Amino acid sequence: MKDLLQAARKGDKRALARLVTLLEDDPSLAPALLEGEGEWPFPGLVLGVTGPPGVGKSTFVSALVGKSRRKDPAGKVAVLAVDPTSPYTGGALLGDRVRMMEHSGDEGVFIRSFANRGLLGGLAPGIRAVLRLLGATGWDLVLLETVGVGQSEVDAASVADLTAVLLAPGQGDGIQMLKAGLLEAADLFVVHKADLPGAERVASEIEAALDLSEPGPRGRPPVLLVSSARGRGLEEFLEALDRRRAELKGPIEERRRRAAREDARRLVLDRASARLARALEGEEGLLEDLLEGRAGLDEAVLRILRNALDRGGKEEGERT
Amino acid sequence: MIPEPLEELKRRWERETLGKALEKAPERKEEFRTLSGIPLERVYLPDREILEDYAGKLGMPGEYPFTRGVQPTMYRGRLWTMRQYAGFSTAEESNERYRYLLEQGSTGLSVAFDLPTQVGIDSDHELALGEVGKVGVAVDTLADMEDLFRGIPLDRVSTSMTINSPAAVLLAMYIAVAEKQGVPAEKLRGTIQNDVLKEYFARGTYIFPPRPSLRIVADIFEFCAEKVPLWNTISISGYHAREAGATAAEEVGFTLADAICYVETALEAGLELDRFAPRLAFFFAAHTDLFEEVAKFRAARRLYASIMKERFGAKDPRSMKLRFHTQTGGVTLTAQQPDNNVVRVTLQALAAVLGGTQSLHTNSKDEALALPSRDSVTLALRTQQIIAYESGVTGTVDPLAGSFLVEELTDRIEEEARGILEEIDRMGGMVAAIEKGYVQRRIERSAYLYGKSVEEKERIVVGVNEFVSPGEEAAMELFQVDPAVRERQVKKLGEVRARRDSSAVERALEAVRAAALDEEANLMPPILEAVKAYATIGEICGVLRDVFGEYQGG
Amino acid sequence: MTKYRILLGKAGLDGHDRGARYVAHILRDAGFEVIYTGIRRTPEQIVEAALQEDADALGLSLLSGAHMVIFKKVLDLLEERGARDILVFGGGTIPPADVDALKKMGVKAVFTPGTPAAVIVAELKRLLSEKGKR
Repeated sequence: MKDLLQAARKGDKRALARLVTLLEDDPSLAPALLEGEGEWPFPGLVLGVTGPPGVGKSTFVSALVGKSRRKDPAGKVAVLAVDPTSPYTGGALLGDRVRMMEHSGDEGVFIRSFANRGLLGGLAPGIRAVLRLLGATGWDLVLLETVGVGQSEVDAASVADLTAVLLAPGQGDGIQMLKAGLLEAADLFVVHKADLPGAERVASEIEAALDLSEPGPRGRPPVLLVSSARGRGLEEFLEALDRRRAELKGPIEERRRRAAREDARRLVLDRASARLARALEGEEGLLEDLLEGRAGLDEAVLRILRNALDRGGKEEGERT
Repeated sequence: MIPEPLEELKRRWERETLGKALEKAPERKEEFRTLSGIPLERVYLPDREILEDYAGKLGMPGEYPFTRGVQPTMYRGRLWTMRQYAGFSTAEESNERYRYLLEQGSTGLSVAFDLPTQVGIDSDHELALGEVGKVGVAVDTLADMEDLFRGIPLDRVSTSMTINSPAAVLLAMYIAVAEKQGVPAEKLRGTIQNDVLKEYFARGTYIFPPRPSLRIVADIFEFCAEKVPLWNTISISGYHAREAGATAAEEVGFTLADAICYVETALEAGLELDRFAPRLAFFFAAHTDLFEEVAKFRAARRLYASIMKERFGAKDPRSMKLRFHTQTGGVTLTAQQPDNNVVRVTLQALAAVLGGTQSLHTNSKDEALALPSRDSVTLALRTQQIIAYESGVTGTVDPLAGSFLVEELTDRIEEEARGILEEIDRMGGMVAAIEKGYVQRRIERSAYLYGKSVEEKERIVVGVNEFVSPGEEAAMELFQVDPAVRERQVKKLGEVRARRDSSAVERALEAVRAAALDEEANLMPPILEAVKAYATIGEICGVLRDVFGEYQGG
Repeated sequence: MTKYRILLGKAGLDGHDRGARYVAHILRDAGFEVIYTGIRRTPEQIVEAALQEDADALGLSLLSGAHMVIFKKVLDLLEERGARDILVFGGGTIPPADVDALKKMGVKAVFTPGTPAAVIVAELKRLLSEKGKR
């Protein structure tokens, strides 16, 4: 794995891709991979891009990648595009990349599609680990695109440094389409497909909604009009992004610290939980006792904890 | 509305005769549906409305609403044009096949172009690798067009060219070839497909974004109305949507939505409806559910007529007539047991004829595997000839009219198609619907449902999911495209480039650019000059790409 | 649980994607993660995408007769990038004689028109489990 990391740092995208797969399949590999790397690494900036279906998120992301690369050819840009996994079949149709194929030849761009694989909605734990990896391999800007339905986009907002919420004219209910929590989570609003009629009206609706709500701790987000098709507004968006980044420097760092703690906490709990589960496997009798009132709950828990610790030493050798 | 005495008759029949039969044995399936999913009744009875409003619903052939046909005599007057789509490799080989078909009784030519030509690039372009001369003839310059029609008198044949995004260029080349033959443009008969909208959702050979593409379409309408008045300037197509998975009603709905968009574009450009509308033509598929297909064609005619009259206020009846070409559905051809395809094509061709088509292409049996061999294509042509001369269906107009089933299906399909048009109107028109992905999603869903129905054997495809003959390989002589075609074409292209006057080409291309930048200018005249100077299709389309941009598909 | 990632695409100029889209759906129904890359792509674009997505298998749909040229190009590119372990398969209007030639080149499966979904899924599952997940 360390070899792959070396190669990925040197620009080998296949090596990077392989590491992404490893971490996606087993996020708990992240600490071992990043051992000795010093501080828990973050990419330069993680921007979440979300919004209801049909607003053109992928097209926007693709245009942003292009603009960003032209503006700063030394800055590497990665895209993580997340689509839902079918709860019935476990499979997924990942259709965001199809709008970003123009960047295939660009050395400084890495695009990866993810199936959510989440059991209860929410963002797959693999994504957090992959962000660490992108941090460790020197990516300056990471665009995290999520479908704006369900829980995932709210989670994404907690994982990203800044979140851009997209809306577009002709999408029916306009701002009502924003799920609860998204209005508050937005650090920037983008009215996309701004070349179509009705764009100005959507922008006013957003401004009106912002007027009516309490300004959050992160201040009032700007509302930008962008047309990826015409290539307009992207420059302004990047400038607004830079400004927001500067304005929110403190909160971003704070959130990163919290995120790192949260990641660590989850890793520890997940690992501990796994060990406890394994310890419980051989203890059918204990469960019976519990059900038939021969043992109390606290007693049972203590027994399992002791059991897990005893097995602990034997298990160390099992992990990669 | 079924008359009450008949309802009573039916109820008694259900109780007694039917009841007894069902007790002995149930029907084969719970429910029966057409290929597109319309539920079929066990038995149909006469609908009063047909008699009460015969003139409104059916009318007479050649009269509004044209349900029964666009001409009063139909095939009693003149048979449909037997027009077999063909073209491959080089212009010389295609020319040979066209002359063969004309000798064998084909009454019109239909040109297939290769993919590089269809997307406006030259045979030596890097994206043309592996594609030159494969699905049609490679045309880079006027020289290829001259070879394509050598020895074919353009004042005596009607030529249909399946070309869309670069249609202006190919039309210009055709006019230039005719000029060299001494045939004036006013005498030319034929069609260009020129239906750019469907490229975005069903065929994929788009070049420019929708709005400039529509401008080019309007320019062609205007130019032809004046200079090439016998030419069908567009073949608004439902065939490809159907191939991509659309149902029969969707085929009609999307085609007419495209038509509405083209008419609006032309009107916005200042053209007079009754001047360009008579030259609009259509192109549909024919699938194997015979009665549904016949109903579909009739529904399309009736719906189009009412749109042209009521929505657009057409005054000339010719503007309300839906004239169409049909091709038997390519997607129905199977690679397994290819001979079965002959039978399928026969049913499909029969449906098109009973549906009143003006022109017909029948597929060859080997087309699920390769381009048709000479023998297969001959058999496909014979299929049409047998229907025309031996089946007797051409002796009367719209023979299935009055069939209780067919009239019911006609009504149903019209209703569904109207619903689709309303939906698209609500979205702001066809361009908006395409940009939103509405059309694509509907087609993809219909395709998926059909695929599943075959997997689950709800739909039987003989030889594929039932009555299979495993291990039997098709021992057929398949047509092979000579791999050296590309080299030959590239060499020829080099020779043309060397011979031509490069400064004349440059000037001509500049004129094209200037016209493209000027919204008021018509692109046809400068394109005509450019082709005469032997500018290549890649050069001309390259200039247009610069000005209009390229459409980014998904 | 092993999630196989399959990249589907159309190289060259042919724009008929009904087959590719249908296969994308049935593979998703069978539990695969499918990345669909659209039409009119160059072999370079498709291979680069397959590498970044760390695809286990790469499927090409070709109906324009350009299959011999395109498959060769794709296989060569995979070789160059050290990625011949990616399982290459295809579908479309490919005559039987060419199917044999493609298999000799290294294409592991060719699904011609009419192949039932169940067969495609079973065959891919078999080939992928034989290959093993890294």
